[in-house]
Amino acid sequence: MKNKKSSASQEAEACPSRCPDNSAFKQQKLPAWKPRLTTASVLSTFFLTGAFCLSVGVSLIVAANSVREIQVDYTDKCSNCSKLRENSSNWNSECLCSINFTLAEDMLGDVFMYYGLQNFYQNHRRYVLSRSDEQLLGRNVDVQNSYCAPFAAYQNGTPMAPCGAIANSLFNDTIDLFYNFDSSVIQVPLLRTGNSWWTDKHVKFRNPESHNLSAAFAGTARPPYWHKPVYLLDEEDESNNGYINEDFIIWMRVSAFATFKNLYRRISRKGQFTDGLPAGNYTFHISYNFPVTKFKGKKYVILSTMVWSGGSNPFLGIAYLVCGAAATLTGFIITAIHLKLRKKKTYFQRR
Amino acid sequence: MSLERDSETTFDEDSQPNDEVVPYSDDDTEDELDSQQPAIEAEQNQINRSTKESQEPLKKDCSWQVKANDRHFHEQPQFKRKIFLCFKKSKYAGNAIKTYKYNLVTFLPLNLFEQFKRAANSYFLVLLILQAIPQISTLSWYTTLVPLLLVLGITAVKDLVDDIVRHRMDNEVNNRACEVIREGRFKSTKWKDIKVGDIIRLKKNSFVPADILLLSSSEPNSLCYVETAELDGETNLKFKMALEITDRYLQEENAMADFNGLIECEEPNNRLDKFTGTLFWRNRSYALDADKILLRGCKIRNTDFCHGVVIFAGADTKIMKNSGKTKFKRTKIDSLMNYMVYTIFVVLILLSAGLAIGHTYWEQQIGNSSWYLYDAQDYSPPYRGFLNFWGYIIVLNTMVPISLYVSVEVIRLGQSYFINWDLQMYYPEKDTAAKARTTTLNEQLGQIHYIFSDKTGTLTQNIMTFKKCCINGQRYGDCRDAAGQLASHREQQVDFSWNMYADGKFLFYDHYLIEQIKSRKEPEIQEFFLLLAICHTVMVDVSNGQINYQAASPDEGALVTAARNFGYVFLSRTQNTITISEMGTERTYDVLAILDFNSDRKRMSVIVRESNGRIRLYCKGADTVIFERLQPRNLKREATEEALDVFASETLRTLCLCYRDISHDEFEAWNKKFMEASVATSNRDEALDKVYEEIEKDLILLGATAIEDKLQDGVPETISKLSKADIKIWVLTGDKKETAENIGFSCELLTDETTICYGEDISGLLQTRLENQRNRAGSTTHSSLRMNEPFFQGSRNRALIITGSWLNEILLEKKKKKKKKLKLKFPKTQEEKQKQNEKKRRAEAYKEQQQKNFVDLACECKAVICCRVTPKQKAMVVDLVKKYKKAITLAIGDGANDVNMIKTAHIGVGISGQEGMQAVMSSDYSFGQFRYLQRLLLVHGRWSYIRMCKFLRYFFYKNFAFTLVHIWYSFFNGFSAQTAYEDWFITLYNVLYSSLPVLLVGLFDQIGLDTSYWTFVNAFSVFGSIAIYFGVTFDLHSAGIHVLFPSTFQFTGTAPNALRQLYLWLTMALTIAVCLLPVVAQRFLSMTICPSESDRIQKNRKKYLAEEEQWQRRQSAFRRGVSARRSAYAFSHQRGYADLIASGRSIRKKRAPLDAVLGSTTGGTAAAETS
Repeated sequence: MKNKKSSASQEAEACPSRCPDNSAFKQQKLPAWKPRLTTASVLSTFFLTGAFCLSVGVSLIVAANSVREIQVDYTDKCSNCSKLRENSSNWNSECLCSINFTLAEDMLGDVFMYYGLQNFYQNHRRYVLSRSDEQLLGRNVDVQNSYCAPFAAYQNGTPMAPCGAIANSLFNDTIDLFYNFDSSVIQVPLLRTGNSWWTDKHVKFRNPESHNLSAAFAGTARPPYWHKPVYLLDEEDESNNGYINEDFIIWMRVSAFATFKNLYRRISRKGQFTDGLPAGNYTFHISYNFPVTKFKGKKYVILSTMVWSGGSNPFLGIAYLVCGAAATLTGFIITAIHLKLRKKKTYFQRR
Repeated sequence: MSLERDSETTFDEDSQPNDEVVPYSDDDTEDELDSQQPAIEAEQNQINRSTKESQEPLKKDCSWQVKANDRHFHEQPQFKRKIFLCFKKSKYAGNAIKTYKYNLVTFLPLNLFEQFKRAANSYFLVLLILQAIPQISTLSWYTTLVPLLLVLGITAVKDLVDDIVRHRMDNEVNNRACEVIREGRFKSTKWKDIKVGDIIRLKKNSFVPADILLLSSSEPNSLCYVETAELDGETNLKFKMALEITDRYLQEENAMADFNGLIECEEPNNRLDKFTGTLFWRNRSYALDADKILLRGCKIRNTDFCHGVVIFAGADTKIMKNSGKTKFKRTKIDSLMNYMVYTIFVVLILLSAGLAIGHTYWEQQIGNSSWYLYDAQDYSPPYRGFLNFWGYIIVLNTMVPISLYVSVEVIRLGQSYFINWDLQMYYPEKDTAAKARTTTLNEQLGQIHYIFSDKTGTLTQNIMTFKKCCINGQRYGDCRDAAGQLASHREQQVDFSWNMYADGKFLFYDHYLIEQIKSRKEPEIQEFFLLLAICHTVMVDVSNGQINYQAASPDEGALVTAARNFGYVFLSRTQNTITISEMGTERTYDVLAILDFNSDRKRMSVIVRESNGRIRLYCKGADTVIFERLQPRNLKREATEEALDVFASETLRTLCLCYRDISHDEFEAWNKKFMEASVATSNRDEALDKVYEEIEKDLILLGATAIEDKLQDGVPETISKLSKADIKIWVLTGDKKETAENIGFSCELLTDETTICYGEDISGLLQTRLENQRNRAGSTTHSSLRMNEPFFQGSRNRALIITGSWLNEILLEKKKKKKKKLKLKFPKTQEEKQKQNEKKRRAEAYKEQQQKNFVDLACECKAVICCRVTPKQKAMVVDLVKKYKKAITLAIGDGANDVNMIKTAHIGVGISGQEGMQAVMSSDYSFGQFRYLQRLLLVHGRWSYIRMCKFLRYFFYKNFAFTLVHIWYSFFNGFSAQTAYEDWFITLYNVLYSSLPVLLVGLFDQIGLDTSYWTFVNAFSVFGSIAIYFGVTFDLHSAGIHVLFPSTFQFTGTAPNALRQLYLWLTMALTIAVCLLPVVAQRFLSMTICPSESDRIQKNRKKYLAEEEQWQRRQSAFRRGVSARRSAYAFSHQRGYADLIASGRSIRKKRAPLDAVLGSTTGGTAAAETS
């Protein structure tokens, strides 16, 4: 073998025309790492992985447990409102609903307020498609050509702004939080901006250019299920109005599952709420507009704090714990089998 | 008519097959008859049947008409054939050959058509069309178009490159120059412009461009030597001779330009050794046979120039007719892949249907009441479900691996390059590297079960060298010094510089013999070499002062060359003299008679008269025949026999030499008989043989020669390695039985323990088996049980040696011919026809059973050697094994006679670097030496196979993993065919993100774990793919591209925002751990609990290597000391040039006067004239 190789390489030096190169690549002799399953490497892999997973799992669970969260289902609690909304002819009549709840402990740190929907299939293909990103960029486009139908334009030809099923079904409940402090009721200051991705707010959603917003949306009409046109979504804050309204932006980022929560407001940490929400009695004042009972859906409002690992979901922590335990256990089993077999083998060899 | 022995005559119904004769392949013509028959019948009605039939045979035999120098003749309407509707084309093919598939115009449509014949490609086309329908378009159009275009593009480029190579090769051949008569003069013309009827002139060493009728040549009697290596692999020269009449009148250019003969002959066919036709010229007709035809692919040798008229051109030539159809070869993996793709189709449809039903249900339960999903289209839930069915077909399309075929092709191409680059398969002497000519069969190399090998040029080098001899009972040829002492440690060549005629290439190591020759002490030694110099039919050719020998067989050449080197130089010969230089002194002997070799006699003799008037007969031949004819008291007989045993055990080809002094009177008496016999009109050959027999008796033994039929390097080792890998090797050769057997021994296919069965042995076995089967056919209960019992009892080492004639006999390939001819003549009624059909069907079933039995029997043998087989039979044997054993076969050969089998086998291998390129051209792989087969099969084949399997598993895994997510996700999104991934990820996943690592496993991996061979290329590909993923994703999620194309790239900001989440990274880490750990545990446990062979080897490599070495040493020790008598005689199967010499025709002193030629009547091949 050796001889052959050396003679071959000699020939390669004085190579005639058709002799192949003697390179490591062409001769398939590239230096290579050949992973071999030795006892040491396998066992160390298992034990190290096990240890890592267990520690990560424990810390995840600890973190998740430290999250304070309160969730209020207001579908049934505002049953009169939900009944009212079942009939679409009442769309214009306002319905208010108040829900009291008690915080047993302080919610320290940043407190986030979400609304949650159950059984609302934002991930339905027909629904996901039904939007016009070009329109949302503030461009003057013919929405008839987009996937917005049937929420693209009215029969008289007036285009809807924004068009599409997603925009049309915008979550339009308004939720206010009041703190009942010493029989006085203090409205908890809520931040409605800074809740969405920077790219969404500044790149993906743009208002049409014009001297004022209502002019920019001239010639368009609100979607049929909306109460007000898009340029009136937030009359107080110019930078949160029109397409760049953050409630709208967040709604337009469709959810992957039928049960989901969207960030609605953040608690503004000022005054009494500098450290978060103190324990006590609170009331949600909800303007109930969004009908869910028809499709057997539910609505929630959720208050939650946040830790390094996210919210209160313990799943990942449990998964890590299980995986770590399994890896460690397998490590022990392998050790046992290996020890047993090695004894047997030496016995054979001696014989 | 002609005196040539007709092989057909030996095929009487009852006669035993003749082992010596190659049965020519005639099955094609039978088919022709068969297929033409119904057409003829349909045409003719009852009334004119009788008249037509009488003309039929004649017409059919000679319907091919060629008129010399008359192009218009061949354009007459009766020679046109209907091609398409009303387009007609001349039946005479042009001489241009065409192997390419596409031209500029047809490339695109044809190639696309070819590509869309693939199920996966056309599936994607259908998908693309589906995606254009808005209701069901669940994915953007580009998700399938981009991969499809990429796949089509890569394949098209590959096909284009392949076809360009073919174009170039065709051009090279088609543009070769040749001289053709145009407007009365010879003009240089390209091969492709040659037409039937043209008269061409060929120079020495040029290839014959078409099948031509030899008219005249520069040699006396218009003799022409040709080398047919390209056609049949035989390297010895053959001679062709023109008709007397053309030789006489067609020497001048203008005579040739005026030549207007009409040739009528048979239609083009594939029989290399048959030709019948008639030349009509000057109101006379002359019979033509194969001896006057130069076939395309032959090479003109030793003839300055020759002239001929083209009879068959291009596709009509015999070599082209013989090349068979090029079948597109597919591997098992290919069919497995197809099977899997179809399975996936079915699974896909079922899944989609299931999900569609789910969607229907969901719409009924939830969707209908969800106001936010209102789409103004009043579809019922089942209809929505139906639409979603198609939607899911599109969404789940990634399950059908579009890039699979292309990836497989890329991998195979890469593997082919590795084969081309392999230094260990590079043959430096001929400067040939291995070449994978077909790039689609690599993994099949790892699955070979049967190897069919040619002998000459493949196992052997087809170089005969004089190795040893035994003179007067004394053995010579071992490595000895001048004193006769064995000197094994240093091998010093004998210096032949004292001999001015030595050719300088001859290697000999026995200095003692040289001393003996030089000292001239022993007359036997002188006599021995004198015999070698005199007793032969070799022709001599002096060019530039160098003597070149032209021998009818390489053995003869080796003997005469040896004598020449030892100082007994054959210088020249005339019709009846021979001139020898004996150690420097020139002597001329009168040759009184040459008693030529033939396969029955197995010997040849020469009777010469020395200058002192002494008449002596020199004879050489096979030991068996010589010993029968020796003088009763021969002192050295025992010693010589012993020497023969020794030679035979070294697998040398032996030959006995002897002489006899003849008294004047005896010779005269004999000569009279000889003359009578040689002019006998009937049974001349038998008469001559009888006369020869009378004089070849009471011979005095001189000694024996031993010629080595040199095996190629490493053949025995390769064969033993391959058989260790459970690969069976069959040798198929046109050579004769004894030679083949001898080679079988020397390459250790056969050993002394082997029991050899011959055709006659197994014919009986097969007969009884068949009868048993027939008897049992009625009672089906236990027939299947005993059908497969072995033919041979016991587990002894068996080998089968069978000749082509026996093959025909056993496999019933022949025999029916006569019946068929009869059939043509008798009118048939419906009833008779039916009966005939019934009979035919039964015969067919019978034949099939017989074939199956034969294959079963042959496969029970350790080695099979088929000798005296035609190219067609070689292919047939391969086909039989393919058909009945369902095994993967490989055929390896070097000559044109192997082309058929190379094309038939699953994999054809050509030995390159030889003269002929035919085998290489039709092969799938080519390399310089047989021994490289070991590396090709056991390294490249195994690797390719394992790599391909791993690749496929990896590929299907990644596609399924990718696609199943969508199915899972369906349960969360109301079965609405919403994708879990963004469109661009789906588009690029298969072609960009995940293709490289998978591909490289297919290219680089070397046995072991999943990716057991982590080179930097692998690492690079994996990390590179990840990097590409992130790079591309960030780009596609960037702000800029969204602003440019808002609706195509909707995910702006997703990647950075998502990847900022720790949760995501933790999930990823967990996923990796969960995926890998079970596999590692399972592998490790299976390795410790029940380790495989390779695990064990890997663990203690050193110990294994030591063991291997030990085994080899034992092997080599075992080989020595084998001594059993195996007689082999060193003649090739042809008769020599004795007739030619006797007729004085070829003696190239000057052109013999015409009348002298006409006077000699002994020419066996003289043109037979009929008027």
